[in-house]
Amino acid sequence: MKATYLDNNATTRVAPEVLEEMLPYFSDLYGNPSSMHSFGGQVAKKLNDARQKVSDIINASPDEIIFTSCGTESDNTAILSALAVNPDKRHIVTSRVEHPAIKALCEHLQEKGYRVTTLDVDSRGNLDMEQYEKSLSADTAAVSLMWANNETGVIFPVEKAAALAHERGILFHTDAVQAVGKVPIDIKKTDISMLSFSGHKIHAQKGIGVLYVRRGTKFLPFMIGGHQEKGRRGGTENTPSIIGLGKACQLAALNLEDENTKVLKLRDRLENEILKRIPNSKVNGGGAPRLPNTTNISFEFVEGESILLLMDEYGICASSGSACTSGSLQPSHVLRAMGVPYTMAHGSIRFSLSTYNTDEDIDLVIGKLPPIIARLREMSPYWNQGTACENM
Amino acid sequence: MWEYTDKVKEHFLNPKNVGEIENPDGIAEVGSIACGDALKLTFKLDENKRIKEARFKTFGCASAIASASALTEMIKGMTVEEAMNVTNQDIADCLGGLPPEKMHCSVLGQEALEKSIEYYRGVPSIVKEGEVICECFGITDKEIEKAIKENHLTTIEEITNYTKAGGGCKKCHDKIQKIIDRAYSQPTAEPEPKERPKLTNIQKIRLIEETIEREIRPSLKHDGGDIDLVDIIGNRVIVATRGACAVCPASQQTLKGFVESKLRELVSPELIVEEVSQ
Repeated sequence: MKATYLDNNATTRVAPEVLEEMLPYFSDLYGNPSSMHSFGGQVAKKLNDARQKVSDIINASPDEIIFTSCGTESDNTAILSALAVNPDKRHIVTSRVEHPAIKALCEHLQEKGYRVTTLDVDSRGNLDMEQYEKSLSADTAAVSLMWANNETGVIFPVEKAAALAHERGILFHTDAVQAVGKVPIDIKKTDISMLSFSGHKIHAQKGIGVLYVRRGTKFLPFMIGGHQEKGRRGGTENTPSIIGLGKACQLAALNLEDENTKVLKLRDRLENEILKRIPNSKVNGGGAPRLPNTTNISFEFVEGESILLLMDEYGICASSGSACTSGSLQPSHVLRAMGVPYTMAHGSIRFSLSTYNTDEDIDLVIGKLPPIIARLREMSPYWNQGTACENM
Repeated sequence: MWEYTDKVKEHFLNPKNVGEIENPDGIAEVGSIACGDALKLTFKLDENKRIKEARFKTFGCASAIASASALTEMIKGMTVEEAMNVTNQDIADCLGGLPPEKMHCSVLGQEALEKSIEYYRGVPSIVKEGEVICECFGITDKEIEKAIKENHLTTIEEITNYTKAGGGCKKCHDKIQKIIDRAYSQPTAEPEPKERPKLTNIQKIRLIEETIEREIRPSLKHDGGDIDLVDIIGNRVIVATRGACAVCPASQQTLKGFVESKLRELVSPELIVEEVSQ
């Protein structure tokens, strides 16, 4: 069965052009870029090209780019560095809706004695900017706020938030894993000190991440070892992945307009048709500025895992914020932070599109999903046939 | 993705007995929408007092739906007395097993069955007995004790998988550990009066070693502690405390209240546990 892939915020397919670019570096061109011989040197040259392309996508300079193994490593490196270079500051500001790469790290640091402010969001997922401004103090070592939310696609005003931190001399980090390639980013026009993103969300392969560190920002490495990445991240370079990421960034820059026109149009059609065809459904984060590719829809009185597995019967790939799929027993922390009621939170489905999606993909979902929801509602003790239940 | 058996998939994709019986003999609703799964079970008896029809409505994941579907099939033709003996493990077995994290779905089915029979028998529906231990999911000590006893659970993780207790904010983990310790330090409710066969010295030593390894160490290690068996002199079991136990001011209570009573229960009632002198 053909997979209808609408889970691109989880991971994306490797673009054929990216794969082609990488292949020689798995086989013939296996040299170590640090070697003195020209066999390794040719790889070093290609690596420099890739670094240039990667820096271009956020309009940074190549020397501001550090390659890591994933978004999580970039996030961890940024926060731990900010704390290490500010040893007398004990306060971190973040939000309630961050990715676990930041959320779990901050919880860990809190246990270690750091003071952590986790900012609230409103029911649409918007950041409480007033609370943010009040939270900044002379003791604040770092702020970390995601650019766009992985579950809802809601975009935070990170440029404004970075400016407020910068005025107070506070390091500002953003997890831009979901934003790069979908939102135009000109890092030079912002006050962002550090920015993380990841290859596999933009059609490169898994296992490659990026940390941008603004020139002049004090930095201490997380991985201590060789001189690679100018001593900021030890370890032999993942050459095929870096070279693939260079290509992926080049493609992402070209596709940025597509994402905001073609993909946006597909997403809007999917969303509108679902809302029209399925009663008691609601978009989470619908009222906020959002990524063009993401929609997170709740279906009242049904449970997300069941929806996913029934869609799986048709090869439709999506994800859910329900407790049963999260590996924990509680529904998504993002939806809970937004105050989404339990009747809705357990039945949330995220569709995230890419430039590879077509109208046929959308047709399949809007054809198959309404009977799936109807069938599960018939089975649900909370659903009264034909009439909307009173809210609980 | 969960690894569900073909049986689970079959019951999920083609659930049996969905719906609600009008004027049922037994009815129960368990779980809640906040917890993420809920089950409404109804049944009707025939003239021979056997379950003629059973139906369910479920809000929940694939394994919750499959558990309810399997349950309704299982109890058809049973008397209520027979149905009372159905355990959550029977439901899981009927499905060819459930992933450990999903065992609470089978527990939900068993609870609904028990409550619907209570309704049939006219036993007044009791407000939850016991003290609420897990505030997130409203699970009481009695429910945790029942799950431990029926499924031989030994870790907090297992308790969470079966009852959900401890799966939210995790603040109750200490309390749950205490319930586990208590459950294994007390002789079971009905002490077996039967005489234990007399052990030879070698048999006794082996049994002590095995009991420490299997029954005692895992609990101690959970709290960062450990003990080593140093010597056995007659009925005196000499041990050395390690890890957290070595520095724990309550280690004497652990040795007497837990280690000793466990060894007495499982090896010989005459045993005395002593800590090796430093």
